[in-house]
Amino acid sequence: MNDFIRQLADITGPGFVSSEPEERYLYSMDQGTMSPAEPDAVVMPGSTEEVRKIMLLANKYKVPVVPMGGGLVLSGLTRALHGGIILDMKRMNRILQINPKSRYAVVEGGASEGMLQAYLKKHHPELKHSMPDAPPIATLAGNICIHGSGHLSVLGGFHSDMLTGMEIVLPTGDIMRTGSCSVSPEWFARAPLPDLSGLFIGWSGTTGVVTKLGIRLFPSYSHNDMLIFVCEDADLMPDVISRLTGTQVAEDMTPWMTPKPEWARGFLHINISYGAHSKKELTFKRNLLQASVKKYSDQKIAGFLPLPPTEKSRFLKIPSPDLVKFADIRKGGGFEYVGAIMAIEHFAEAYRAGLQIARMYNVSYSMGARIIGAGHAMIFFYAYAFNRADPEDIKRAQHALEATNTAALEIGGIPWKSELPAQKQIINKMDQNTFNLMNQIRSVLDPNHIMNPGNWEK
Amino acid sequence: MLHEEILHRCFRCGYCKMPSNYIDLNCPSYLAFRFETYSPGGRMWLLRAWLDGKITLSKRFSEIMFSCTACGNCTEHCPFPNFKDLLLEAFTAARGAFLDEGRVPAGVRDYLTRMQLHGNPYGLPAKKRADWAGGTEIAPFTDQEYLFFAGDEGSYDTRGQEIARSVAKLLAKAGISFGILTMGENSDGNDVRASGETALFEELAKNNTDLFNEKNVKKIITLSPHSFNSFKKEYPKLGGNYQVFHYTQVLAFIIGKLKFRENQDPVLATYHDPCYLGRHNMDYYSPRMILSAVPGLKMAEMDRNKQNALCCGGGGGNLFTDVLSSCNESPARLRVREAKNTGATIMAVSCPLCAIMLEDAVKAEGLAGDLRVMELSEIVNDRIM
Amino acid sequence: MKCQYIEFTGISDAKAEKSKINAGEESRVLYECLTCYACQEYCQFGNNPFYLLIELQEKKGVLTAPKPIVEEQLRMMSPKGRITRQKVRSPVVNMCAFPMLTGCVRGKLFEGASVLSGNDIFCNIMWLHFAKNSVIRDRVPKTIDNIMSFYLKDSKIDEMVCFHDECYGTYTSVAEAFGISVPFKPVHLFDYINRRLDEIPDLIKPINEKIAYQRPCSNRLSPETDKILDEIFIKIGAQRVPRKHDRENALCCGGVPRALQRDELADELVEKNISDMLSTGAKYCVFNCPFCMATLGQEVAEHGLMPILVSDLVLIALGE
Repeated sequence: MNDFIRQLADITGPGFVSSEPEERYLYSMDQGTMSPAEPDAVVMPGSTEEVRKIMLLANKYKVPVVPMGGGLVLSGLTRALHGGIILDMKRMNRILQINPKSRYAVVEGGASEGMLQAYLKKHHPELKHSMPDAPPIATLAGNICIHGSGHLSVLGGFHSDMLTGMEIVLPTGDIMRTGSCSVSPEWFARAPLPDLSGLFIGWSGTTGVVTKLGIRLFPSYSHNDMLIFVCEDADLMPDVISRLTGTQVAEDMTPWMTPKPEWARGFLHINISYGAHSKKELTFKRNLLQASVKKYSDQKIAGFLPLPPTEKSRFLKIPSPDLVKFADIRKGGGFEYVGAIMAIEHFAEAYRAGLQIARMYNVSYSMGARIIGAGHAMIFFYAYAFNRADPEDIKRAQHALEATNTAALEIGGIPWKSELPAQKQIINKMDQNTFNLMNQIRSVLDPNHIMNPGNWEK
Repeated sequence: MLHEEILHRCFRCGYCKMPSNYIDLNCPSYLAFRFETYSPGGRMWLLRAWLDGKITLSKRFSEIMFSCTACGNCTEHCPFPNFKDLLLEAFTAARGAFLDEGRVPAGVRDYLTRMQLHGNPYGLPAKKRADWAGGTEIAPFTDQEYLFFAGDEGSYDTRGQEIARSVAKLLAKAGISFGILTMGENSDGNDVRASGETALFEELAKNNTDLFNEKNVKKIITLSPHSFNSFKKEYPKLGGNYQVFHYTQVLAFIIGKLKFRENQDPVLATYHDPCYLGRHNMDYYSPRMILSAVPGLKMAEMDRNKQNALCCGGGGGNLFTDVLSSCNESPARLRVREAKNTGATIMAVSCPLCAIMLEDAVKAEGLAGDLRVMELSEIVNDRIM
Repeated sequence: MKCQYIEFTGISDAKAEKSKINAGEESRVLYECLTCYACQEYCQFGNNPFYLLIELQEKKGVLTAPKPIVEEQLRMMSPKGRITRQKVRSPVVNMCAFPMLTGCVRGKLFEGASVLSGNDIFCNIMWLHFAKNSVIRDRVPKTIDNIMSFYLKDSKIDEMVCFHDECYGTYTSVAEAFGISVPFKPVHLFDYINRRLDEIPDLIKPINEKIAYQRPCSNRLSPETDKILDEIFIKIGAQRVPRKHDRENALCCGGVPRALQRDELADELVEKNISDMLSTGAKYCVFNCPFCMATLGQEVAEHGLMPILVSDLVLIALGE
């Protein structure tokens, strides 16, 4: 291992490799409940060529490699389950190209959501990208590779739907591209080629390292607004969501159900964000949204909160810094959540399951969802906060998370960016031919089984 | 350890690494080293692990702790209102604990030793502290309105002394009544305190307050924002109650009295906010008021300005301890690149540590012909009659 | 008939609907009322037509706004038990549920004032908009008790300035109509300001500007104070330019209609109101009500008028 580490330093420079106890400790875990798994070293490449050399070396020595972006996945997917190296991609954080005419951006594999947002605001204010509600240091590649979603997901689907192509360093060290950039100098789409991008999205870093990616950009609006719909009856929610998304004017829709603050307990809210190029258009879109659910507001069983303009600015901030504050509600700096992707009609069932689990395990919780596309699916979130300094509290949250994964699968949903136990549950439910194909693909791409081993295994 | 109860509450969300506009990274040590361990969140978790016995004190850990420049970007941008204001205090307490264990980088050890023996970080004789004023008409402090405090850099560093003389000249031209102490003064101790060496800081502070009180000092103008911070925030707790101003705060309100030469050459300048005047004491405007009064000078703001300013890397004693080193990605070098990108030919500063750090960076970047670091008083002196 | 928001074919149509309400019967007015309080002002006989209307709404289970919205508001504005005894001195200024505006109580105008705020002293008048007289009956006596027990009694003070005239409305008009006893003397903000200006006339530097005044619904419960406001404006050199939608013809700011899910009507009201303000050539849009200001302030600013509270305008005239 020492020889391996010395050769790593030759690739990146000694300042960007560490096998010191401090790095090995900190990179052994993330902010969630999964227990630590220490790497042998942490390495930070600065270029695709360095990544390539690292992969060749890792293969030679059969050392496991765990790619890591922002490290904010919370479900322990960037732990070195079998030792080896953590590949911290965040040095590769450049914005490489913005194409305003075809509305796409090309960025390096460690580029952060925040920096792309800032870059666009400064150089291309007419464009924006879909940001997740994660801290701004989260990486675009990391989020896309876990099928993330964000504040333009009603408009554009999952963030993986917004991918236009990738540059990948395979586990064997070969560099390849997916999408139009594999044929053309432009990164406009994954069509019409065989969609090889799918070999790297949703695989928890077990098939390769993303060193570049192209993503869709969307027009910015000069006028932006939001509405908050509130009702008491979870059974109404699928129809409400269907009606609201049926107007096709919203950019983002996020239901939220939380016991704190006290006034919100028991109520189901939906934040609906939309924008327009003029005030008239904005009012028109608002009217469309309100008219779509008039049936319920006329009956006085649900309606839109009267938010004065001064109260809206915090809801319009992207990403919302309010979300991370959930981590401190038990004064403990910890939260983890199950994001179960499922069909919309299971909303009430998913909500009630969450309430039951929270009661059973006596955990601090918050529930929410993000609607994908024109009501094509939703990610239903069950977030549990815990006090990192209290092992009992962590255990309770862990049990709640396990129970939630089970409940989600029973409902017909699938946990997103699933932690190890949930992966095994999914595999047990999965069509066996599907799982066999996954293994076959991985053995072709990663013959020495070095890429984030321990994940997606029976 | 003081404030250890907040360590586990850090979520390592990473807001502390960035400015509020996310335009780039903004934690100097994280920028320089890029490992998560060198970020504020990393430090929080490592300290918790150390107190829980999961890791031990080591050379690396010590370097991690002492590479923090106490710039305040983390405190400014942490989204947790219940403990964000204690972050730097926790790091200071941790550094104090490391000092107690004798586990500090050599540069830090030597810096503190010089402070202890000589009352300044240069290891130069205390009696030479006022030599910078030699050949000027600056009078010893007797009963003038203000005591002018040149600080360590202003007293001993060649560049710092130039700046001290420049500021003093300008204050005199503006009709400010001030004098200096010629004997007995020592370091304000700001960066000693930030290093965690509380006892030494209190000793330095006591010496100064005894002297200032003996001389009946009521108002102080400081050259350095570091001194400004120390006198304003820490000295009152130790019996030193004075009205304290950074020189730009006094100058901003009387700049109108100064007569500028006509037909000035137009120049584009950018202003670098020093951490101890800016984030720590929330004054972003006094220096800008001065610059806006200079005829022919147009301002271009860097992307990271005001509460988002990138620290030059000199704080926390790093100017002397050099824990942050001078690698390609040192904060100072990144900062001068950022200044250059505005198109400015002058990078205005109002802190002698920033001046020293950024001038070295300009040379290292090969920008000597394109970008000139000038202290605010030098810009004004250059253009007044 | 003067109702600005319900269509009647004529006076007999209006009378017929009023008779139904008086008899406790169903009337379309129960569903169409915008809750602007105006009929309280219009009635010359002190018959409390608006309070009676709400009584009937509640009795019949008529909801003005969707139930979840009302429920959330009831919880949000409930007393929290977070109140501590505090010595106060005159003038005692009650900011009610607007603690974010305590910074407005400053300068020579409010010299030496003690400021109270918080949910535990919330005036509760907003439930008039949501057909909840029962909540007013339940919570207002507790609010009054809190004001006395935690602040006024121990400091031996028997009067309290209401920063917002909704509070003044509660402790005068509503309390009287609902038979709630008020052991302290509520002082209207305008009354306080007017008297204070007489104490410091040398400090006044008239602003000599035209203003448009947004008269809130709550002022209709104390219409006599509108004349006092005129005196204040004269003293500070603010010209309250006559306009169509001022005084008895004031328009709702649009805040409550949005809660009642009538956004398009709210848009119309805002447009009419602001066009009317702009026609005066005013520099300021002066607000009495913080909720009106939160609702309309951004809109008026976008149209080039400076939104400002009455007290802040007076502070400008005092050079503060």
